[in-house]
Amino acid sequence: MSKIAISCDEPSLDAQVDPRFGRAAGFLIVDPDTMTFTYQENGQAQAMARGAGIQAAETIIRAGARAVLTGYVGPKAFQALSAGGVQIVQDLANLTVRQAVERYKAGDIALAQEPNSQAHGGGGRPGAGMGGGGRGGGGGRWR
Amino acid sequence: MDEIVILSGKGGTGKTSLTAALAQVAQPAVICDLDVDAPDLHLLLAPQRLETHVFQSGHEAAIRPEDCTQCGICAQMCRYDAVIPAQAAPTIDPLHCEGCKVCVTFCPAGAIDWRPRTCGEWYHSRTRFGRMVHAQLYPAQENSGRLVALLRQQAQELARQQRIPLILSDGPPGIGCPVISSLSGASFAVIVTEPTPSGRHDLARIVDLCAHFKVPAGVVVNKYDLSAPRAEEIAADCAARGLALLGRLPYDPAVTAAMVARQTLTEFAPGGLGEQVGRIWQAVAARLGLPQAA
Amino acid sequence: MKIAVASGKGGTGKTTVAASLIHVWPDPVAAMDLDVEAPNLHLFLHPEEIGRCRAFMEIPEPDESRCTFCRKCSDICQFAAVKVLGEVLMVFPEMCHGCGGCLAVCPEGALRPGKRELGEIIWGTAGAAPFIMGRSRIGEAMSPPLMRQVKAHLSRIAPPQIDLIIDAPPGVSCPAVNAVMDADVIVLVTEPTPFGAFDLGLAFKAFAPLGKPMGVVVNRAGIGEDAVYRLCERQKIAVLAEIPYDRAIAEAYAEGRVVADAVPAVRGIVEALARQLQAMDRPAPKEVLHG
Repeated sequence: MSKIAISCDEPSLDAQVDPRFGRAAGFLIVDPDTMTFTYQENGQAQAMARGAGIQAAETIIRAGARAVLTGYVGPKAFQALSAGGVQIVQDLANLTVRQAVERYKAGDIALAQEPNSQAHGGGGRPGAGMGGGGRGGGGGRWR
Repeated sequence: MDEIVILSGKGGTGKTSLTAALAQVAQPAVICDLDVDAPDLHLLLAPQRLETHVFQSGHEAAIRPEDCTQCGICAQMCRYDAVIPAQAAPTIDPLHCEGCKVCVTFCPAGAIDWRPRTCGEWYHSRTRFGRMVHAQLYPAQENSGRLVALLRQQAQELARQQRIPLILSDGPPGIGCPVISSLSGASFAVIVTEPTPSGRHDLARIVDLCAHFKVPAGVVVNKYDLSAPRAEEIAADCAARGLALLGRLPYDPAVTAAMVARQTLTEFAPGGLGEQVGRIWQAVAARLGLPQAA
Repeated sequence: MKIAVASGKGGTGKTTVAASLIHVWPDPVAAMDLDVEAPNLHLFLHPEEIGRCRAFMEIPEPDESRCTFCRKCSDICQFAAVKVLGEVLMVFPEMCHGCGGCLAVCPEGALRPGKRELGEIIWGTAGAAPFIMGRSRIGEAMSPPLMRQVKAHLSRIAPPQIDLIIDAPPGVSCPAVNAVMDADVIVLVTEPTPFGAFDLGLAFKAFAPLGKPMGVVVNRAGIGEDAVYRLCERQKIAVLAEIPYDRAIAEAYAEGRVVADAVPAVRGIVEALARQLQAMDRPAPKEVLHG
């Protein structure tokens, strides 16, 4: 099985999965067969005004990961990861890195088909502001 | 956790006066001033600073005159006219420099430094209505989009740590970079407008932006009694777009008097304007299904 | 002469002052709205439109067949707009700042010049005055590139010798500085409130390095407090005019009228302001010349 990147803030399999992707502190790059890992800092992405998700996607692709396990992925990061052939598992929270990897190996978690966050601003929420009963959406232009 | 941002498109419609009053009635909430360019919320909330952090963002180029061969390539390649010719060696105008690194990369003499840019400060503070996260961009700096993102991240972390279910943010004017950073991913936008041609024109633009980022929004008409026909036009615009009218406030010198007294509308005029702000908050809370809704 | 009407705080009356100045200006004058995110001057001047065009910025367009994945483009780009992702060359148009670095650095010609729409430029005439404005596309994050194009377009619609009044965006960051940097005189419109005074202080700091003469117009004079006046005294910046606090002025504005036309008292104030601004551009001969 090829390498997996998991967003988290310390180099340990027992670290909690960081729900942020683009602005995560870093990524554990895990070999799921041996459970050996390296830690990849995400400082370059964190320093960016915009485009943190794109930068983070490049970082884990260059680290050789073919799948990412995280919380929220915005549209541009999703596009970048998909282009790089990285499988995306999102909506993870309250799991350790080890638990997330085990579930991924067991085929227990679904691959994402579309981004679950609109956020530029950091955390984001699953489906924040989506739908909303037509409030704020629809209608023609006024001018 | 819900994140409510107060926006307007047009400046000066009363965002900050409304935010300060909402901060009082919406407690408990983490309060956030995302207008990092011209922040005014602190003038009403008198935050006591607990932490001050320097904000660095991006880089800027600086030519070392002793190594410059005056070949002129930097000036040719700069698309922002940031290279100013001078007698000894050209200099980089920081007001124009976009931080793109093109001159640094192409300088054949390697005579251009690439330095982190210090753009402002940000703070964790305490106010009489709870914790506040805010900032001050140094004048004439750019990159406020990232500072806005950083403040939102700080507010989110603070809210998580302290188990506060709500973040209430005063947004910047306009519809550009800092507004996009304030809006995207927020739970709800409260748009403050006024019954004037500018208010109406800019309301349409900010509503389009909310739709673009799929953030639900509602509208507050401030100074509604300035022009009855304009106020009706705005109400009709909102109805046509399925936007909630959250409430309205009159054109009242008490708003300025409250500001001069460094008080919120709810503190200064609890019975009049304060009561109306309370009703606006009820309308917002009801739309978000918050427990504070009556 | 070129006059930029700016302010730190939004909603203090920039557009009111700019529109009024244009109406009373004694010499031939053009009007330019550079508040491209929230342009409002046209709502008061009601210009007759002559033309409009879409404005674009040059951004890269990938040609993957030529890419060798050397990453030079991705390394130079400071904005995450060009990335090599595995064996895919990808451009994120919305992220691009248009610096041209990737186009210049690519050794294979795998990036061609393409474009992104910034918004539109609209021009016409308001009475006798040539009028031009920019309006940014919804979702466009960057204002200065469109502002630069509006400024460049002005020379096509107005003769260079006539005066110019610029309506600038609020705030004191990049777009505001960009709007005032070519002016001869900066007029800062404020109001005598705590917000007005604080933001005026920021505007002084932001614009002082430009080394241009500045003057202040206090709008809604009589409401609020006197901190704004004390600030101007300390900074030695003249208060050029005071427009009184008057509900009738706010109502005229709400009806889309040019305040100097609608309220006779304001007309006199703005005429006097225009004369003072003209004098600021033609400084009195220095004493030594008479000695």
